[in-house]
Amino acid sequence: MQVAMVSGSLIWHLLLGRFVWADLPIVKAWQDPTFSNIIAGGAAGIAAGGALAGFLLITYLRKWRYLWTQWFTSLDHKRIGIIYICLALVMMTRGLIEAVLMRVQQDLAVNAPGILAPDHFAQFFSTHGTIMIFFVVMPLIAGLINFVMPLQIGARDVAFPLLNSISLWLSVGGAGLVMVSLVIGEFSTGGWSGYPPYTELAFNGGVGPDYWIWAVTMSSMSATLTGINFAVTIYKMRAPGMHWMRMPLFTWTALCTSILMIYAMPPLTVATLLLAADRYFGMHFFTNANGGNMMTYVDLFWLFGHPEVYILILPSFGVYSEVVSTYSGKELYSYVGLVIATMAIAVLSFTVWLHHFFTMGQSADINAFFGIATMLIGIPTGVKIYNWIWTMFMGRVRYTAPMLFSIAFMITFVIGGLSGIVLATPPLDYMMHNTLFLVAHFHNMLIPGTLFGLIAGCQYWFPKAFGFRLIEKWGRISVLFWVLGFYLAFMPLYVLGASGAPRRTVEFYDPAFRPWLLVAMCGAFLIFAGFLCLFMQVWSSVKQREALAVPVGDPWDGRTLEWSVAAPPPEYNFATIPQIGRRDAFYWRKANAGAYRPADHYRDIEIPKNSACGIVFGIAMAFACFGLVWHIWLLAAAFGLITCIAGLARSFMRDLHRILPAAEVEAEDRRWLAIAGAAAPTPRVLEHTPANEGRAICPEV
Amino acid sequence: MPGSMNEPELLHAGLNLGNHPPAMRQQLECSIFGFWVFLMSDAILFALLFAVFGTAIQNTAGAPSPGSAFKISAAGRETFALLSSSFTYGMVSICLKHDASRRWVGLWLAITFCLGAWFLDGEVHDFLKMFHDGVTPQRSAALSAFFVLVGTHGLHVTAGMVWILLMGAQMAVYGIDERVKINFIRLGLFWHFLDLVWVAIFSVVYLRGLLG
Repeated sequence: MQVAMVSGSLIWHLLLGRFVWADLPIVKAWQDPTFSNIIAGGAAGIAAGGALAGFLLITYLRKWRYLWTQWFTSLDHKRIGIIYICLALVMMTRGLIEAVLMRVQQDLAVNAPGILAPDHFAQFFSTHGTIMIFFVVMPLIAGLINFVMPLQIGARDVAFPLLNSISLWLSVGGAGLVMVSLVIGEFSTGGWSGYPPYTELAFNGGVGPDYWIWAVTMSSMSATLTGINFAVTIYKMRAPGMHWMRMPLFTWTALCTSILMIYAMPPLTVATLLLAADRYFGMHFFTNANGGNMMTYVDLFWLFGHPEVYILILPSFGVYSEVVSTYSGKELYSYVGLVIATMAIAVLSFTVWLHHFFTMGQSADINAFFGIATMLIGIPTGVKIYNWIWTMFMGRVRYTAPMLFSIAFMITFVIGGLSGIVLATPPLDYMMHNTLFLVAHFHNMLIPGTLFGLIAGCQYWFPKAFGFRLIEKWGRISVLFWVLGFYLAFMPLYVLGASGAPRRTVEFYDPAFRPWLLVAMCGAFLIFAGFLCLFMQVWSSVKQREALAVPVGDPWDGRTLEWSVAAPPPEYNFATIPQIGRRDAFYWRKANAGAYRPADHYRDIEIPKNSACGIVFGIAMAFACFGLVWHIWLLAAAFGLITCIAGLARSFMRDLHRILPAAEVEAEDRRWLAIAGAAAPTPRVLEHTPANEGRAICPEV
Repeated sequence: MPGSMNEPELLHAGLNLGNHPPAMRQQLECSIFGFWVFLMSDAILFALLFAVFGTAIQNTAGAPSPGSAFKISAAGRETFALLSSSFTYGMVSICLKHDASRRWVGLWLAITFCLGAWFLDGEVHDFLKMFHDGVTPQRSAALSAFFVLVGTHGLHVTAGMVWILLMGAQMAVYGIDERVKINFIRLGLFWHFLDLVWVAIFSVVYLRGLLG
């Protein structure tokens, strides 16, 4: 009897590790139906039900084969980019719902417990931060750069298409781990930065920090590989004549972001893996005992964390540069200035990490150095703002949704920058640190600075990706909700923070906070409404896609190369690789009647064949990490082996490309040229009418 | 096509790839350059582990310091093995450059593998001896940092040896085709890089450890 029980528990451990039934939030909600547990159980139900519904829907529509052959195994940079953006939208839905619930909790919890238990609330702010940084903004960036950058430099793909697919599926796998933590077990309560010793075994023996460690590790590996891929693409694969100082500004920011990724992601990988060494092997890097020092973790984390801020923000600066220039109908003001400012920000970003912990015991001199370095970043950023304003000056500005996002950004970002200067002053930081003032500040940088730009970029390049425009009306309503919601949600936090309200707090005891918290909650709802408007925009545009079609591919009178090809672009991007003579190449080609001409000579094009290696690698890695989280060593080893085999098997394959014959390329190009020839050139006043088929009136020089 | 006409001819040590069309050359150039960039990223990983080691070295928490626990003779033998293996890998590259037969390439590759194995053998024995004496990474921050820094290098060497086996197998199956050549060059970069890291480990961890 006893032997049977022992062997039974042995098998349980072998197959399920440290899992017990009470780890399921649904079971927990059944056993102890508090409101907080019911929310957790409901969320688990929604996540599991959503995944099941998606699976059944695809099966019902018989789309698995299509998805597998056309998307999941595709090595086309454009498709990989689009999958990244879909991933970001799914994760953003969760991140925003959590944000709204946190605002509701804090509004209700003034001298009252509110709806969320403290531990549950801690999971909310930890997942919210982790998701928004690693699984919303990073995929949005990787997605946009993937789609746009090769088109902008006249390349047919990125340098390493398979590596690109591996990066994508590592990100998807990491995001999957965060989602699974909703259904099985729990997530970390240690915040997005996961500081030890709180996240060490001594204080946090559960699975939460392990989910965080492996999800973030997968994301950081994905970002490192993506950075290498993009940087090599930009260094080596530009079309002839595309000199450094002729590159579009978005490509410049993509380059700087990639360089930052190459240098700044390894510190995160080291930090999370050393934390794992503490937790799994009982080592003492960051523990309280045996000589461990948590400051080492803090340094490593912010050595990544600060450059990360610029990884997040620079691509948006690139989008703003393209959007402002295009919709003002003008060349960028001081292109050289913008390039230098971008590089300056990239370099300075490595000199300021200590400002994230002014209060943690350095001498005043060291704090002064990092405070001044931090303020210096304001200079190149200010240069950029002026450049965009001067670009608009005397232009014929068209107030489209992306342009409205850009203008809202310029105004709002300056406010965030000013509060940043306040926080960069160490004595003031001693007053403000760890309060809602800080929360207001970094949301003030990241929502207008990053998110507005990435949404604007998605709207701006949407017609290029799918061949039809988005309806402007919903876009503008969305801008209204986002901007209004942002001000209502975060301006009160400045006031609250300056009055001493600490961040990450489940309950407040000062009734004077109540009105501000109420306003902030309303703001959160408005932001969520703005997010829903984006879905409405896509949905109603898809329904009217015939009237919105822009097959010729240049709906906004664009200036850079991506607008010179069909919408959606052919798989190989360019029928013939363009020759670049100057900046804003396509604009000048249009002006000199050089656009929409057939090539003299077409060549065969080599295209990488699809590969299942990327998706197998990423998903197997996620399963292996899941095994590590739950101490199911067998599972971890088995799937770890599968990732290795996927990589090794690939290295033995030789038949990796297929050839598209020149005749086919020529036929497709001529078909598109016929459409372009038949399309009536559209003046800008008719940009948002069905008259816009994607061919702009040739500019006068 | 990029890299045509007015740009200098692309020549890489050991890259004996013949006259290829520009598109092909661009692809080869990307492959090698991309690996350099990857190594740069990997170098940062090691730099950080060195920094962690440097900050933790005093935190022995009553346990023996790494310097008093390891055997410098073992480290010396490992150094000899690894530096020699870099030389023998250099011979692999020279054979490739002069279009030597598979047999010569294979021979030097096998010697490199054996030297790598000798290195690992020394390291594993040294570690096991330390574990046997109760000097484990769980005892103190200094020992954690020591084992993780040296062990990460050891894991890299192990990966390099798997790669050598893989290249041997690929050479047997496909002969020395373009992809095999490219990967030989990348493997060479990786192997010499590990040598460099080892020189730093030997100086910073082992020799400095002798100072007490």
